[in-house]
Amino acid sequence: MSLMKSLMGAAAAIAVTAGTAFADPAVIFDLGGKFDKSFNEAAYNGAKRWADETGGTFREIELQSEAQREQALRRFAEAGSNPVITMGFGMADPLSSVAPDYPDTKFVAIDVNWLDGENLRQVSFAEHEGSYLVGMMAAMASKSDTVGFIGGMDIPLIRHFACGYAQGAKAVNPDITVVANMTGTTPAAWNDPVKGSELTKAQISQGADVVYAAAGGTGVGVLQTAADEGILSIGVDSNQNHLHPGKVLTSMLKRVDVAVYEAMKAGTDLETGKFTMGLAEEGVGYALDDNNAPLVSADMKAAVDAAREQIIKGELNVASYYADNSCPALSF
Amino acid sequence: MEKMPKWADVVLIPLISLLLAAALSALVILGIGEDPIEAVKTMITGALGSTYGWGYTLYYATNFLFTGLAVSVAYHAGLFNIGGEGQAMLGGLGVALICLFIPWPHWSIALIVAAIAAGLFGAAWAAIPAYLQAKRGSHVVITTIMFNFIAFSVLNYMLVNVLKPQGAMDPATARFPEAIHLPSLHEILLPLGINFSKSAPANVSLLVAIAACFVVWLLIWRTWLGHEIRAFGKSESGARYAGMSPLKITMIAMLISGALCGMMAINNVMGEAERLVLNSTEGAGFIGIAVALMGRNHPFGVFLAALLFGFLYQGGAELALWSSIPRELIVVIQALVILFTGALDNMVRMPLEKLFIAVRKEKA
Repeated sequence: MSLMKSLMGAAAAIAVTAGTAFADPAVIFDLGGKFDKSFNEAAYNGAKRWADETGGTFREIELQSEAQREQALRRFAEAGSNPVITMGFGMADPLSSVAPDYPDTKFVAIDVNWLDGENLRQVSFAEHEGSYLVGMMAAMASKSDTVGFIGGMDIPLIRHFACGYAQGAKAVNPDITVVANMTGTTPAAWNDPVKGSELTKAQISQGADVVYAAAGGTGVGVLQTAADEGILSIGVDSNQNHLHPGKVLTSMLKRVDVAVYEAMKAGTDLETGKFTMGLAEEGVGYALDDNNAPLVSADMKAAVDAAREQIIKGELNVASYYADNSCPALSF
Repeated sequence: MEKMPKWADVVLIPLISLLLAAALSALVILGIGEDPIEAVKTMITGALGSTYGWGYTLYYATNFLFTGLAVSVAYHAGLFNIGGEGQAMLGGLGVALICLFIPWPHWSIALIVAAIAAGLFGAAWAAIPAYLQAKRGSHVVITTIMFNFIAFSVLNYMLVNVLKPQGAMDPATARFPEAIHLPSLHEILLPLGINFSKSAPANVSLLVAIAACFVVWLLIWRTWLGHEIRAFGKSESGARYAGMSPLKITMIAMLISGALCGMMAINNVMGEAERLVLNSTEGAGFIGIAVALMGRNHPFGVFLAALLFGFLYQGGAELALWSSIPRELIVVIQALVILFTGALDNMVRMPLEKLFIAVRKEKA
């Protein structure tokens, strides 16, 4: 009986997939891996939400090395996956050579906004705005007047995070010290929790009592060490408050999940072009839930929400690192 | 000491090792609740079922041909070159410099010069460990491994600080100019009426690699230098007594080995990526060791083993794409094959040898 049932089930599954296979979306996760608790996991959550809601299926691959990028893109495009969603700036160059070969396939590039192409949907985020808000919170929570920043790979994108963070902290307390470190200069820096932990300890010895990790999987080590050493930390991309309840001040949300979910939902009708998701579009923000509620005072929340409104209205301008490759509040 | 017949040594042992590895891999796949037969099917159709699959399999095989030949040349001189990874990285740097900064009129000239540059860079990277081995007795295994790390750091520095285009995020060079695009198998085979997949990266370097097989065979078995290398590898004191210079042979064998590893870059850097990225070698330097061991250090054996490992690489990539087997386990499966064919050679060889001897005694 049960064998019969599973056979029937398998037959039904084949029938269903045979009908829809040509338009299954696909996700290419970057080198950090899909369960990095951060950037890639946010994409996975968005894709999963879509799958749960629609009952659809999607294809996925976790890249193992730089050299696989182009192969994965071509393979999904040739198998008829549409749209093909890619994570991270590392896909920009492969996309620029692959996308023109498959004009009927739509490609989504998260964290990329500098390519040309009819069939590309490029989604970037105003990370400096979200980081500004968590920077304010860090400065308000700090008792030592020193806050830390730990970046993943040293690239303009991560400096962009750090710059917004430093501006937010200095807006609250002009005399605050911001200690900033990067984990490395290669993609390996996205997945090095041990080094993240060491950097956290080094920043604690310099007096930091709140650290913000914008480092993908490396951040797991930062948050762990901060919790162990009794200081506060700030998560990134996904809501990481639950990792150490009561020890994570907040998380700078980058709604990669929303971007992925919306792309999958639109399916083949996906609108192409360049999109920026900032505070106004709720593409970035800070996380508030039961896990960090005791840490966020009413004053803190009021101040941050006020700043958020001002940024959306355009009354408050957070300088972008991209504008002139330098930061008014922090030198690297 | 009695020996088993040659066919058993060359065919039977690798085959049994391979079957053992496959059986263990099947258990691993079963253990995570996937269907091993389905996995094998995915690997075979993905790697050999289309010209696309063949294109990738041959592309990977080209890499392994170069590194496998490199390891076997050093091995004939009794040297174990574990630095293939670093030598190939440096070869990539040589190719990138040649392709980026000199405007070539035609790919064929660029290919020749780039191959020479890649060989020189790779050989230079092997020269220091070779000299330390010959003059100071610093073991070449240790120094070549250390040089892999140094090569990675050099490449990292060059990409991040020197060669990365202004404003770019990922540590990679700019694209090489269109003019030096190497013809892919698609472009080579089209005039012959064969429609090979357009998007597969196998390219003209495959022919260079096959030519290299022939040259290495000539060198090792048909030249005086090859004779010296083999004599030195079999017995250093014997070679010394015969008036051969250990310094000269160590240096030459390692330089050839390094040059072959470096030349791999014409395939992966110039032929496929057409720019230099970090980790472009994808572990081919280490796979070369397994390829050489499995191929019994003979160019033809290396050729077959390289094909097998090309199949494993491409099959593994297909497995990652079309199944829910996590990427870590695909590495485990590839590692099992390397373990059995390379490292655990004696595990199969000894019982088999005993068996052959026992059977022979019975007959006698």
